[in-house]
Amino acid sequence: MATQILLNNIDVPGLANFEVYRQLGGYSSVVKTLKNLTPDQVTGEVTKSGLRGRGGAGFPAGMKWGFIDKKSEKPRYFVCNFDESEPGTFKDRYIGQRNPHQLIEGMILGAYALGAGSAYIYVRGELFYVLRIIEKAIEEAYKQGFLGQNILGSGYSLDLYCQPGAGAYICGEETALLESLEGKRGNPRIKPPFPALVGLYGCPTVVNNVETIAALPWILNNGGEAYAAIGVENSKGTKLISACGHIKKPGVYEIELGLPVEEFIYSDEYCGGIRNGHKLKAVVAGGSSVPILPASLILKTAAGEPRLMSYESLSEGGFQSGTMLGSGGFIVMDETTCIVKNLLTFARFYHHESCGQCSPCREGTSWMEKILHRIENGQGTMKDIDLLVSVSKHIEGNTICPLGDAAAWPVASAIRHFREEFEEHVKLQKCPF
Amino acid sequence: MQKKLNLTEFNSDTLALVRQIIKRYPEGRQKSALLPVLHIAQAENNGWLSAETMDYVASLLDLQPIEVYEVASFYSMFNLQAVGNCVIEVCQTGPCWLNGAEELLAHFEKRLGIKPGETTPDGRFTLKTVECLAACGNAPVIQVGTEYHENLTPQKADVLLDKWQEENKISHTNPYLL
Ligand SMILES: Cc1cc2nc3c(=O)[nH]c(=O)nc-3n(C[C@H](O)[C@H](O)[C@H](O)COP(=O)(O)O)c2cc1C
Ligand code: SF4
Ligand code: FES
Repeated sequence: MATQILLNNIDVPGLANFEVYRQLGGYSSVVKTLKNLTPDQVTGEVTKSGLRGRGGAGFPAGMKWGFIDKKSEKPRYFVCNFDESEPGTFKDRYIGQRNPHQLIEGMILGAYALGAGSAYIYVRGELFYVLRIIEKAIEEAYKQGFLGQNILGSGYSLDLYCQPGAGAYICGEETALLESLEGKRGNPRIKPPFPALVGLYGCPTVVNNVETIAALPWILNNGGEAYAAIGVENSKGTKLISACGHIKKPGVYEIELGLPVEEFIYSDEYCGGIRNGHKLKAVVAGGSSVPILPASLILKTAAGEPRLMSYESLSEGGFQSGTMLGSGGFIVMDETTCIVKNLLTFARFYHHESCGQCSPCREGTSWMEKILHRIENGQGTMKDIDLLVSVSKHIEGNTICPLGDAAAWPVASAIRHFREEFEEHVKLQKCPF
Repeated sequence: MQKKLNLTEFNSDTLALVRQIIKRYPEGRQKSALLPVLHIAQAENNGWLSAETMDYVASLLDLQPIEVYEVASFYSMFNLQAVGNCVIEVCQTGPCWLNGAEELLAHFEKRLGIKPGETTPDGRFTLKTVECLAACGNAPVIQVGTEYHENLTPQKADVLLDKWQEENKISHTNPYLL
């Protein structure tokens, strides 16, 4: 069994209650840290751990904290990104509804390291029931003296609040999230300046994903080095993978980074293989935004090496033959799946979610959806396939935020690896599935 | 029949809740309370935001009405037109599609006799399609108010629909009272 840092107690009944959580050793990292470590030492441990952001981009957490503007006289903020809207991703919801105190414990540690006096957990609006579970846990933590004024007599004070979104994938992008938290439309900001200098209300701010923050208690309890001892290369520690699609056992799994993809898909400990006796056709390994790979390339790299669940191994081969770990949203498709139709649902998604600020993204996502709709419904031409590639190229790299790239990559990769399937739709003048 | 409301005043309990929410943000940043307060206002206005309701929210938070309209129109959870008592939102993104979301949606359309975006003539049900609800491991998924219903089949949908029909389900309730 792989080391369980995030899910070790997830099935304990009543875990969302303070007493149960505390009895299992919960909040001990806060007790220890506030007594023995300076904020910079906390950042030091996190840097040593090699923990990378689990929201999708994989940016080293300790380094991001190091950018916070400590010279500024302004208040600092720590914000948790609980927008979880990337199709295929459902891991943060699992932590939030079952183990809210682990997230709160992590929030205290992060906020202390950054010197933040207020912190917010931004929860996507659809998950209001999870937001309420977290709010109740926050109330308990206040009562027990882990939040509020002068926490455990340390002199450090922190207020923690939940904030709902209201249905907008783009608010997962950190600057759009901050705009939304300020009560505005979720339009991403132009970077730089980065939030570490100019964030919430113009103040120095760090935004981290739920899973990133939930790993902090273990790191502070066991030390950064112990965390860094798990995993491979620059993929340290454990990662939640939310697996769905045509597998026998969909669900959220905590893996040690470096696990072979083949083992993840086929072993009974994880996905349990493809259901209904079908064969694996393709995988979108890191949420809808990452390139799709056919079975041959997800199990082995183009060089014939076994592919591992790690930042490095999944991206081996670049855009030609690789993909990305992303958010860990692992979508598995069997041979009955129409790649064009699956892609059409994603294209519709990105068109729907584009905030509309940049023309390449606003117009391009609309065109891509229309063209894919045409091809899927038997009205496409061979030229349409090249047109799709061309539109995706015009979006990529030409937008304010990475949603444009996220919309372009799935299209480009599906055509790269499954071009014959698009051509078949055109030749038959209908969907062959 | 569908009740068309134009809520222009919260009761004292709700006002107390709003005041408590405003305190979460620094002085002068009460605009941050806009999304939470719009959620509450929508729930209390039968599931949608009329211009009058938004004007009231603007006055409560000391904002220009236009600031409220532009925000309300950005977020997909805010309904700017009247809806039925029970809003059924069917996820249609890839992972749900892989698991039969299309058949499920067709089943709802058939049972209710309406298309996505429409409300039944008796004002009881509104059907909507939505994008990934972060529950793809239990696809297909629908959302009704703050409830998730997962691993759905047309048969399970029928059981739910019968129940909601029977109890005249109302899906919009103040989420802070959960
Ligand atoms: C379009 C878009 C959507 C995103 N959605 C999310 C999300 O739902 N949750 C999340 O944690 N990060 C999301 N991100 C990444 C955030 O911008 C940011 O990198 C992340 O919150 C940083 O936290 P981390 O370093 O702990 O991963 C998204 C990015 C983009 C461009
Ligand atoms: S890339 Fe798309 S989502 Fe991002 S800022 Fe531009 S229009 Fe908005
Ligand atoms: S695709 Fe429906 S919940 Fe994710």
